[in-house]
Amino acid sequence: MIEIKNISKIYKTGDVETKALKDISFSIDDGEFVAIMGPSGSGKSTLMHILGCLDAATSGQYFFDGKDVSKFSDDELADIRKEKIGFVFQSFNLLPRTTVLRNVILPLIYANFPREKREEIARNSLLSAGLDEARFNHLSNQLSGGEMQRVAIARALVNDPAIIFADEPTGNLDSKTGELVMETFRKLNKEGRTIVLITHEKYIAENAKRKISIRDGEIIEDIINHH
Amino acid sequence: MFISDLFEETYFAISANKTRSGLTILGIVIGIGSVIAMISIGQGASGQIQSSIEGLGSNLLTIMPGVVQPGRGIVSSGRGAAETLKNEDIEVLRSIAGVAYISPELQRRFQIVSPAGNNTNSTIIGATAEYPLVKNVSVEQGSFILENQLRSMSRVAVLGPTVAKDLFADSDPIGKTIRINKVNFKVIGVLQAKGGAGFFNPDDIVLVPLTTMQKILAGADFLSTIAISVQEKNLMSQVQDEAVVALSVKHRVDPQNPDFSILSQADILGALTQITDTFTIFLAAVAGISLIVGGIGIMNMMMTTVTERTREIGLRKAIGAKRLDISLQFLAEAVMLTFLGGAVGIILGAGLAYGVTFFTGMATKISLFSIILAFSVSAGIGIAFGYWPAQKAAKLNPIEALRYE
Repeated sequence: MIEIKNISKIYKTGDVETKALKDISFSIDDGEFVAIMGPSGSGKSTLMHILGCLDAATSGQYFFDGKDVSKFSDDELADIRKEKIGFVFQSFNLLPRTTVLRNVILPLIYANFPREKREEIARNSLLSAGLDEARFNHLSNQLSGGEMQRVAIARALVNDPAIIFADEPTGNLDSKTGELVMETFRKLNKEGRTIVLITHEKYIAENAKRKISIRDGEIIEDIINHH
Repeated sequence: MFISDLFEETYFAISANKTRSGLTILGIVIGIGSVIAMISIGQGASGQIQSSIEGLGSNLLTIMPGVVQPGRGIVSSGRGAAETLKNEDIEVLRSIAGVAYISPELQRRFQIVSPAGNNTNSTIIGATAEYPLVKNVSVEQGSFILENQLRSMSRVAVLGPTVAKDLFADSDPIGKTIRINKVNFKVIGVLQAKGGAGFFNPDDIVLVPLTTMQKILAGADFLSTIAISVQEKNLMSQVQDEAVVALSVKHRVDPQNPDFSILSQADILGALTQITDTFTIFLAAVAGISLIVGGIGIMNMMMTTVTERTREIGLRKAIGAKRLDISLQFLAEAVMLTFLGGAVGIILGAGLAYGVTFFTGMATKISLFSIILAFSVSAGIGIAFGYWPAQKAAKLNPIEALRYE
């Protein structure tokens, strides 16, 4: 599914070079549920940005579905994001003053999806993310945090992506709602979705089947969780 | 992204902040509105001058004594000072093919007194029976000067409507006696009103027989102008050339340097439209400044919007929007704002133009040209002033945009 080989990322601020990622290699197969764990500053966000085709590595190779995307242009990366990747962010990033349905439809617009089928797909997606149907026509800013994150998950699902990246999806939620959101991810994984979860909390990472721990830009642990 | 999606996104974006969008549009509305109103006033003025000059007579050539110096215009002609046009010139001109009617004239200003004691100072024109045919005037009441009145040097007068009103107010002037320069004249007719031509009033005249004017009032045997009506428009320049040659032979002067000048209607019209065109361009330029200010308002709003919506742009990029999608979206927003402003501005400008006509009586003319100009200018402003903010949005790095606080 995805494979990275000797990925490094170096940030330059003036003369100072910061190595955010040092020669990282691993692969993720179809249907996996991987948690990438590490304290803040460990390079886990940088890794997610590269895996999510939001950023390019300084060196190394990245194969997405067999294609080497490490040298892709901005617009080619946008196409990969549009067709293969769904994102869930810590701060939800929903369009304010816009209905739930329209928020979920947004990726379909950029994918040139036929207009008449959009709403049905968005509804199905919201239902699999576990949002109550009564909320579908509410404005996004009228929802609770847990509901907002479900809308964000539905938005990530709507394009039927090959892989979903969730960046601290429970970071802005209380533990009870966080648990419900994690349950949604487990359910989606059971249905066959590949999910990559980025978190710094151990108990959140426990939800995943595989745990990759990062510190100072290097992998220090790559284990299978036994539930 | 489909075009319909682009429109929908644009609509949502503009209606999301109605007050700000409205104020931004207002800048364009005022700009476009004033451009439309100013151009319509300018074009109305030139249209009015054109029609009143055409109303002075059809296919008209005017011969004046002296030389009209190029560049100094028709105002400073030597009329009055030079006395080179004589009655004998008429017969020479009449032999030119293509000449329909000839109206020799001698004009002076004199004091006129009515029997009731009202007095006015007006232009007295000594004219012949052909004057109405050449100058497109008709008699509303009574009759015009006849051939026999010319031969007998009758002391009769035809009044312009302005003079008739000044001297007689609303009473009937026909048959009354007036005194022009202390000589008694009998009023035999009143002309139909033509309306002001801006620079002079063709209604503020008194017509008397040319012979009477020359022998009794002015004591002169020359003419101040000879107006020729040409049979057809395309014969104008030919008749003009032949008249120059014929009169030069008659006056024994070099045709390259004659002691008279011939102006065609086109010359007069050209000189005056040049003035009104300059006037129109000046007005439009002043209005254009407000249009540019409106455009800068659009740019300002778009810049603010891009900054405010940085996170949203980051999200859109994360879910697959390309640079082109983002820049088109912001460009469409700017163009939509200017188009809305342009449409309202055209209505406002047309309203202003009608208002000007209604309250001041000044002619205005809303041309298709000015509407097309205003619309393309507003679209151009949308693109020009929306381009920079749109590029700024498109170039945002998705990661930084998503983290933007």
